[in-house]
Amino acid sequence: MDLAGVIAIEIVYSIAMLVLISAGLAVVFGMMRVINLAHGEFMMMGGYATIVAVNVGINIYIAMLIVAPLVVGIIGLIVERLVIRFLYGRLIDTMLATWGLSLFFIGAATMIFGNTTTGISPPISGFAIGDYQVNGYNLFIIFIAAVILIVMYAALSLTRFGLIARGAMQRADMASALGYDPDRIYMLTFFAGSALSGLAGGILAPLVGLVPTTGATYIAKAFITVISGGASVIAGLASSATLFGLISQSFTFLFTPVVGEVALLVAAVVLLRLLPQGITGRFFKGGM
Amino acid sequence: MAGSEVRSALTVLVIAAILFIAAPAVIETYTLTVLIIYGMLALSLGLIWGFGGILCFGQAAFFGLGAYTYAIAAINIGESTVPFLLGIAIPFAFAFVLGAMLFYGRLSDVYLGVITLVVTLIFFKFMNSTAGPEYVIGNARLGGFNGIPGFQTLNVPGDPGTYIYDVDYYWFCVVAILIVYALVRWLLASPFGRIAVAIRENEGRAELMGYDVRIRKTVLFAVGGGIAGLSGTLFANWAEIVTPGMFSLAQSAEIIIWCIVGGLGTLIGPVIGAMVLAYLKFLLGQQDIVDNMMLLGLILTLSVLFLPRGIVPSIGLWVSKAMPKRRRKRQRVRRPRAAVEEVPGG
Amino acid sequence: MANILETRNLTMQFGGVTAVDNVDFKLERHELRCLIGPNGAGKSTFFKCLTGQLKPSAGHVFIENEETTGWDPHAVARLGIGIKTQVPSVMDGLSVRENIWLAAYRTHGRERARRFADDAIDRLSLGEIASATVGRLSHGERQRVELGIVISMEPWLILLDEPAAGMTGEEVARMAEIIGELNAEAAIIVVEHDMQFIRSIAKRVTVFNQGRILAEDDVDTVMNDPRVRDVYLGKKV
Repeated sequence: MDLAGVIAIEIVYSIAMLVLISAGLAVVFGMMRVINLAHGEFMMMGGYATIVAVNVGINIYIAMLIVAPLVVGIIGLIVERLVIRFLYGRLIDTMLATWGLSLFFIGAATMIFGNTTTGISPPISGFAIGDYQVNGYNLFIIFIAAVILIVMYAALSLTRFGLIARGAMQRADMASALGYDPDRIYMLTFFAGSALSGLAGGILAPLVGLVPTTGATYIAKAFITVISGGASVIAGLASSATLFGLISQSFTFLFTPVVGEVALLVAAVVLLRLLPQGITGRFFKGGM
Repeated sequence: MAGSEVRSALTVLVIAAILFIAAPAVIETYTLTVLIIYGMLALSLGLIWGFGGILCFGQAAFFGLGAYTYAIAAINIGESTVPFLLGIAIPFAFAFVLGAMLFYGRLSDVYLGVITLVVTLIFFKFMNSTAGPEYVIGNARLGGFNGIPGFQTLNVPGDPGTYIYDVDYYWFCVVAILIVYALVRWLLASPFGRIAVAIRENEGRAELMGYDVRIRKTVLFAVGGGIAGLSGTLFANWAEIVTPGMFSLAQSAEIIIWCIVGGLGTLIGPVIGAMVLAYLKFLLGQQDIVDNMMLLGLILTLSVLFLPRGIVPSIGLWVSKAMPKRRRKRQRVRRPRAAVEEVPGG
Repeated sequence: MANILETRNLTMQFGGVTAVDNVDFKLERHELRCLIGPNGAGKSTFFKCLTGQLKPSAGHVFIENEETTGWDPHAVARLGIGIKTQVPSVMDGLSVRENIWLAAYRTHGRERARRFADDAIDRLSLGEIASATVGRLSHGERQRVELGIVISMEPWLILLDEPAAGMTGEEVARMAEIIGELNAEAAIIVVEHDMQFIRSIAKRVTVFNQGRILAEDDVDTVMNDPRVRDVYLGKKV
């Protein structure tokens, strides 16, 4: 019974992790059709921002939840103005340019922070459920992931900006005919997406030893999760994260973590073969 | 093959041969050899992407597969000829099967990119985890993270004792890339090649003409895989070790960067891009001032922003603009070569 | 059956929209039929179901008594069907000659491709621009290139989706001539809006509306049908 509880938590945690690491990419892809391959590096910079903030004395929660998203959001803003802005509509070119940026950021981070691993410890310790040890921080992550989904939903469907942004995403020319500047909308949307990536990086900072190349371990999974999710931002993210989280964790339990990873990748290949437009390309069409 | 095609191909081959003969005076052959190998690898992607419109994010998969196939076969057989051929055949066959899955499934470009990316990731993760003694093919241990060292390298066919290495191996690679280039130019000028370009231009119309685009793309993809496999085999002989890093995302990324920076409108563009960037990386690796990854990333981003067609086509454009008008007109009529307006596949 | 083309209950649905609704259509050998109807009536979609570009949601397509429902486009093309699409679908980056040669090569093989390509280029007066890159040509020229592609394949069933669109009066007259010439060898279905053009080439007209066939008769009968008038909102002849 305890084991079932622990397994359930681990599966939900696995799903939450995918949501967390993919949210920023999903916003930018779902709203702007931009594939930001520097997303992993945005996370990495969020991680470093958090660590630096904590080392300077700022409370760890503020560092993770405010400093990291803000710093990376601003970096994202600069990137959007200097690079992305010129490449809208050119999907492959944006991928390549952001790939270049990712290498740039890794190099820059290496120059600033060096190659050694830095880290901070998780602010929440573990506790026991029966005979098993549960990581308290995992529950925090699950909580954050849920909050992210809820806030995204609220922002997109309940706020004025969300409505305008969704309108601009569908028809930029109509949005501008109505007096809204698509340019600004894209800029702010990219800011939001980058901030989410920074947030993810900040939250993950206590979990991993941070090196400049940490982002690379996330980008593949995030990319795969977002593409498999399909066009809808929230429904796509939630559904593909759930599917892959379930599969990867199940295989990890049955075999080894490596098999779990491979299973996730194979599942993605099969899914895309069957549903080339992603999950929400077929279901939830036109929804959010 | 049209006269102008033959002439242009021969020109490139002659100039290349001259450069390869002169180069060892400036750069040592050991470095030149790997530059040539990377050039061939870039050529394989340049073929399927620039001319076929197939964006493969995982070309490294065939590179690594060729290398590992060679290494494993060489350990088991002890003589290099069959392993060498297998190092081309196996990646070709694998690319054929993978290609069939992708093209008969009629997937869009982006998803194609994702799946090829995933395949190379699977290889990477798997090979990295094969450290234990139970991971063995015949006599060859897969070696996990450390890879496979110590296999029979290239020898004169039939005579395992006489190795082809060092400067001899440099010439071997020079001949190899010149032959590959010539064969691919021939392929592109043939109906198969022309139809492949047509498919890239407008797949729907090509189908309405009656062409089975699925099998054609599959074959082209397999040829690209075979060439990448050959470059992997050559690499294995040069490095004398094969590692999972050959399958890595970073390696796949580099190949794409070579093609973009070199330019996809021609066949030599990617080769030049590869050789220049790989050499740059080598030089940068010698210094400590600026991080070389940062510089490479900057080059790529700036390339995409300012030279969307890449180095070679851009140079070609500037040269043709500088030429007097009369000669320009004659050039245009003589070369009905497909222009690459945007990055193909985008 | 004298019918070289027949559809039964042909239906094409996209999500909630039924673009082609239970269409029974017959075409005889060497017939020249015009397809008219307001925009969105389903004419282009109907064509795409015939060529294999779309797989019908329901119903059947028979070409020369052979069921081709759901066939891939290349298989249908090999039977001898040619289509000129509404928006010219050609290889923009290649020359006029290359475009047409590719079609001729597939149909006639290496030896004769050149001859058939040259022939098509002549017939459509494309000789002057034969080496030009198609992407740079005018709309009318690109339509002619596409037509060149089609005729070099020597199809016995030709689908023309708005062949006169965007053309000058002179070009339209020439187009009508060409269609007449082609009709000697092939059955043709023409989608058009220009009533004068239709009168000059057609005998029978099929009227599409909202995915269904509204009327099918000779030109005059159809044009005098009040239902057709209503649907067209006063298109004067």
